[in-house]
Amino acid sequence: MIEIENLCKSFTLHNQNAAVIPVMAGANLAVARGECVGLIGASGAGKSTLMRMVWGNYLAASGSIYVGNVDVVTASPRQIIALRRDTLGYVSQFLRVVPRVPTLDVVAEPLLNLGVPADTARARAAELLARLNIPQRLWELSPTTFSGGEQQRVNIARGFAHPFPALLLDEPTASLDAANREVVLGLIEEAKARGAAILGIFHDEGARDRVCDRLIDVRAFTPKAAA
Amino acid sequence: MTDQAYNFAYLDEDTKRMIRRAILKGVAVPGYQVPFASREMPMPYGWGTGGVQVTAACLTPDDVLKVIDQGADDTTNAVSIRKFFVATAGVAVTEATADATIIQTRHRIPEAQLTAGQILVYQVPIPEPLRFLEPRETETRKMHELEEYGLMHVKLYEDIAKHGQIATSYAYPVRVEGRYVMDPSPIPKFDNPKLSGNAALQLFGAGREQRIYAVPPFTHVVSLDFDDHPFSPSKANHACDLCASNTSYLDEVITDDQGGRMFVCSDTDYCATRRAAGHVGALGTPQAAGKAAQ
Amino acid sequence: MTDLSHTFAAAADKPLLQVKSLTKRYGARIGCADISFDVYPGEVLGIVGESGSGKSTLLSCLAGHMRPDQGEVIFETATGPRDTVQMGEAERRRLARTDWAYVHQNPRDGLRMGVSAGGNVGERLMAIGARHYGGIRDKAIDWLGRVEIDAGRVDDRPSAFSGGMQQRLQIARNLVTAPRLVFMDEPTGGLDVSVQARLLDLLRGLVREMGLSAIIVTHDLAVVRLLADRLMVMKGGHVVEAGLTDQVLDDPQHEYTQLLVSSVLQV
Repeated sequence: MIEIENLCKSFTLHNQNAAVIPVMAGANLAVARGECVGLIGASGAGKSTLMRMVWGNYLAASGSIYVGNVDVVTASPRQIIALRRDTLGYVSQFLRVVPRVPTLDVVAEPLLNLGVPADTARARAAELLARLNIPQRLWELSPTTFSGGEQQRVNIARGFAHPFPALLLDEPTASLDAANREVVLGLIEEAKARGAAILGIFHDEGARDRVCDRLIDVRAFTPKAAA
Repeated sequence: MTDQAYNFAYLDEDTKRMIRRAILKGVAVPGYQVPFASREMPMPYGWGTGGVQVTAACLTPDDVLKVIDQGADDTTNAVSIRKFFVATAGVAVTEATADATIIQTRHRIPEAQLTAGQILVYQVPIPEPLRFLEPRETETRKMHELEEYGLMHVKLYEDIAKHGQIATSYAYPVRVEGRYVMDPSPIPKFDNPKLSGNAALQLFGAGREQRIYAVPPFTHVVSLDFDDHPFSPSKANHACDLCASNTSYLDEVITDDQGGRMFVCSDTDYCATRRAAGHVGALGTPQAAGKAAQ
Repeated sequence: MTDLSHTFAAAADKPLLQVKSLTKRYGARIGCADISFDVYPGEVLGIVGESGSGKSTLLSCLAGHMRPDQGEVIFETATGPRDTVQMGEAERRRLARTDWAYVHQNPRDGLRMGVSAGGNVGERLMAIGARHYGGIRDKAIDWLGRVEIDAGRVDDRPSAFSGGMQQRLQIARNLVTAPRLVFMDEPTGGLDVSVQARLLDLLRGLVREMGLSAIIVTHDLAVVRLLADRLMVMKGGHVVEAGLTDQVLDDPQHEYTQLLVSSVLQV
């Protein structure tokens, strides 16, 4: 479902004497349906970078990233938008929301974007929020005032609202207590069971062991200093 | 009286020719405001200079002129303008609508039905119906050119929103031959229906604003309105106290300090004609010996 | 409400607006040079740049306020694609009243200050022939509600409104005829921060609900991040970078874009 081939990236900082920072070279990776692949490597090794490139948030210098049959590296912005709407989900580390939108609507948004009727979308959102132990009295409030853990759970709910065939999860269990971690791992297992391909970053070893089928160390893709 | 002779009807022949050209253009495009080179007249702007120039351009020595102001032949302005034309053109004058060939009017249409061959000249203060909503002349010209009249209905909408009904009671905007929106001059909306299908030629002159426009005989003129607030030509719910007419537009006259009042036909000739024919109103005396207190 | 997936599928392949080599000069100076891009239905395009970048010139040329020196602006009208630059004035003005909308930076430029709020919203309806007072008023009140202006203020003049309210009224006035393309020039400029947030949220909702396309010119990167699907960065009259909004802002390639992004103060 996700196939990465020979991916390379560098950053050119024009305003700092055009410093060129190569961050990735020759990355190869494949995630099959129903599989969860975990990225490991020290902080700054490129895990989030790789994930952002799959999401289309970072540009690649060369190589290919196939999500389904769309090559994200060469896709047009419109194709990527369509991909993000239908096929590829992303749960980032931080919840970025428009101010004033109620939590229920934040979570329902991916479904509303797909044209799902509002009641159905909100019902699904309610289901997820309940499962993630967000009290109902908070559903009509904007999540901008929630605690870090609560925000993360809202983020996760949003990511799992639509059954995406491919999912990117960046530290989904960080800042969660044991009970909620359990819920999230359950969600991931359900996603795998229905055939989703998942690429994830988990610092929590227990979580990693539980849901990841394979682990890939991104240090293998770090460009050699000499090159 | 003076030691110089006036050219016929005061204006020189070239000026009259220029005005006639503007009039012809106006007749060719009903309701369209034609710019003209308005002259300095011996009365200030705001006193009917536009109407006077149009009348002057139309007059021939055989014409019979009637001048009315708010329907009356004997107010100061009507008398002044009539005397002006007697002095400068030497034409015959009359108060009888039926006998006149040219009628210059300020803010009223005579009650008596006009006939083919008569010319009605209106005095116009502000010719542009959109002026108070859109102050830019460049923009209003575009609107007329491109037939963009949504704003005109905004004005009527505002009336209804504010007063519960279209409160515009005079200078009520009309659409001429389905094309140009026109300001019929500050005639009461009661008179609007007479604009349409009239046998006479109707000419409009605005001296200060330098515009002439026209409604040719038997032109279709419709007052603007909304489907759910149709146009109604209203007048006071009263009969004339002198001649008992129920169908003419009335002036309300305060007769004493206790608030006593009477309603009288605004059109003096119409009222006089009816009284001469034997009609008597509630406060009238049989055989109109003179006009009642005006 | 609307099943947007159909909208996307059916119309997705055809651009709503195609801009080709648009150029506008002011004498020897370049206003904007050789700009080309497409806008698809339901898409929001952000154009960012600092003062003098040419973004306002570009918007004016697109919206028909200024005539470009070169180039085409092809809009998919009901009767097929038409180059609006070549259109007659009557037709362009009609387009501007129906299929297009223009939200000015200063709401006073986009409103009639001497006309009531209801009259302002109703004007475009009356301009296309609406003649039922009750119907026009109902629609105006409905729209005031959608932009969160209390219905009780329908007869008040905009001169009595706050800046944020005036801007929301301007938006209602523009959207009442369900245009397909909205041009916005710094829609939140001059508004308080909290008011901006509310306005942006409203715009987002309306754009999504009505399936609008929008071209938003702004110097505020937060606005584009929130509203725009795609972004074009302009400098000196040229487009220096374009792409997905989050990609351009998170992984800027061009020197100027990097400077712009790094200059934003983090709150």
